[in-house]
Amino acid sequence: MTEPKITLATAWLDGCSGCHMSFLDLDERLIALADRIELVYSPLVDAKTLPETVDLGILEGAISSEEDLEKARLFRARCRLLVSLGDCAVTGNVPAMRNAFRVEAVLDRAYRENVTCNPQIPSLGVPALRCPVKPIHHEVSVDVFVPGCPPSADTIWYVLSELIAGRMPEPARVTRFGA
Amino acid sequence: MPLSTARSNVRVVTLKIDGRDLSAREDETLLEVCREHRIPVPSLCYLEGLSVWAGCRLCMVELVNQNRLVASCATRAAEGMEVQTDSERLRRYRRTLIELLFAERNHVCAVCVSNGHCELQTLAQRLGIDHIRFAYRQAHEVLDSSHELFRLDHNRCILCTRCVRVCDEIEGAHVWDVMGRGSQCRIISDLAIPWGQSETCTNCGKCVQVCPTGALIKQGTSAGEMVKDRHFLPILARRRAR
Ligand code: SF4
Ligand code: SF4
Ligand code: SF4
Ligand code: FES
Repeated sequence: MTEPKITLATAWLDGCSGCHMSFLDLDERLIALADRIELVYSPLVDAKTLPETVDLGILEGAISSEEDLEKARLFRARCRLLVSLGDCAVTGNVPAMRNAFRVEAVLDRAYRENVTCNPQIPSLGVPALRCPVKPIHHEVSVDVFVPGCPPSADTIWYVLSELIAGRMPEPARVTRFGA
Repeated sequence: MPLSTARSNVRVVTLKIDGRDLSAREDETLLEVCREHRIPVPSLCYLEGLSVWAGCRLCMVELVNQNRLVASCATRAAEGMEVQTDSERLRRYRRTLIELLFAERNHVCAVCVSNGHCELQTLAQRLGIDHIRFAYRQAHEVLDSSHELFRLDHNRCILCTRCVRVCDEIEGAHVWDVMGRGSQCRIISDLAIPWGQSETCTNCGKCVQVCPTGALIKQGTSAGEMVKDRHFLPILARRRAR
């Protein structure tokens, strides 16, 4: 194999990690993928910093906090192609359901109302929450959208295969909102 | 059914749809002709058996040589008409309409009772929509759970008025109506009282079955469980017409 490998970076913002799990569901196809792709940054590997330039960036999750926004901007700046993976990244989905309430009320519900021992709202070392929660492309431009909660391994395989072959995938052929 | 005598003097017209020469009765709409010949035209507010509303505009088609779009559900076939059901412009407008419906209220397909059985969701996929370009309105709506059998979730309502029409025209109860304009527009039961307090509702469930989305649903259904059945409609509509 003389072709240079495609560098891939992934991150999850406000998501449940389900989309990354679905990626792992590629099972033995991961081995075939390893011939063509080098995973340079991801919750699945050890690297702590995103390289200056990456061929393909995949983001799971919505933009819910200042940290999510920073990561999305960094991915956009450094990745040649950016993919929104899953409904949270594409539509806001479940994380965006808190948009119906004030953020104080949401925090209160989670950290005071339903807590019996030492109720307090975390403030140290946690990023500030943003309002409203947004899909990634409402903050930075995104090139490929893959809806689904989570998109199936077959969907992810189709999208990656097309991208590796240098074609633009049409994810609506194989997936939809809520799939 | 003695319908044939009434229709015997209806003329037949010839027209062209997507380059195909077709014939139709002059009392047929373009959408009906398309459906008959399996020409796919998207629609949401239209439902066979109910009166025409022509509110969603998804069914629009181009009239060749007239720079005009018409709603095919509300336009009758006419002699010599030339119709185009698919073009880059039509696809762009249809996509935009669907995206605006998603941006207007709150659709969270993954947790919706109608996930996998929803006409809006299916249509979005068919039209190749994989994201919504517009900012979501973030107007959060109430849920009316006061009825012992059914529920109305305004977050999922696309204001197609199928419920209004079926309740009025088929059930004859006219529980539903439309109140307010623009972004204030809402479906209401009786004179804007909770559905469960309605004195006109017969609990027949027809509105639930014709609703294209997860807006009108059965109590007790959870994500993906609300499957609708509309087989009753064409049968009852024919009997109603005598
Ligand atoms: S009504 Fe349809 S489009 Fe809306 S959330 Fe439910 S499944 Fe999705
Ligand atoms: S259940 Fe029947 S009577 Fe009641 S609102 Fe629906 S269609 Fe009308
Ligand atoms: S409740 Fe359902 S049927 Fe009635 S207008 Fe809304 S979407 Fe249409
Ligand atoms: S189906 Fe024709 S306007 Fe809605």
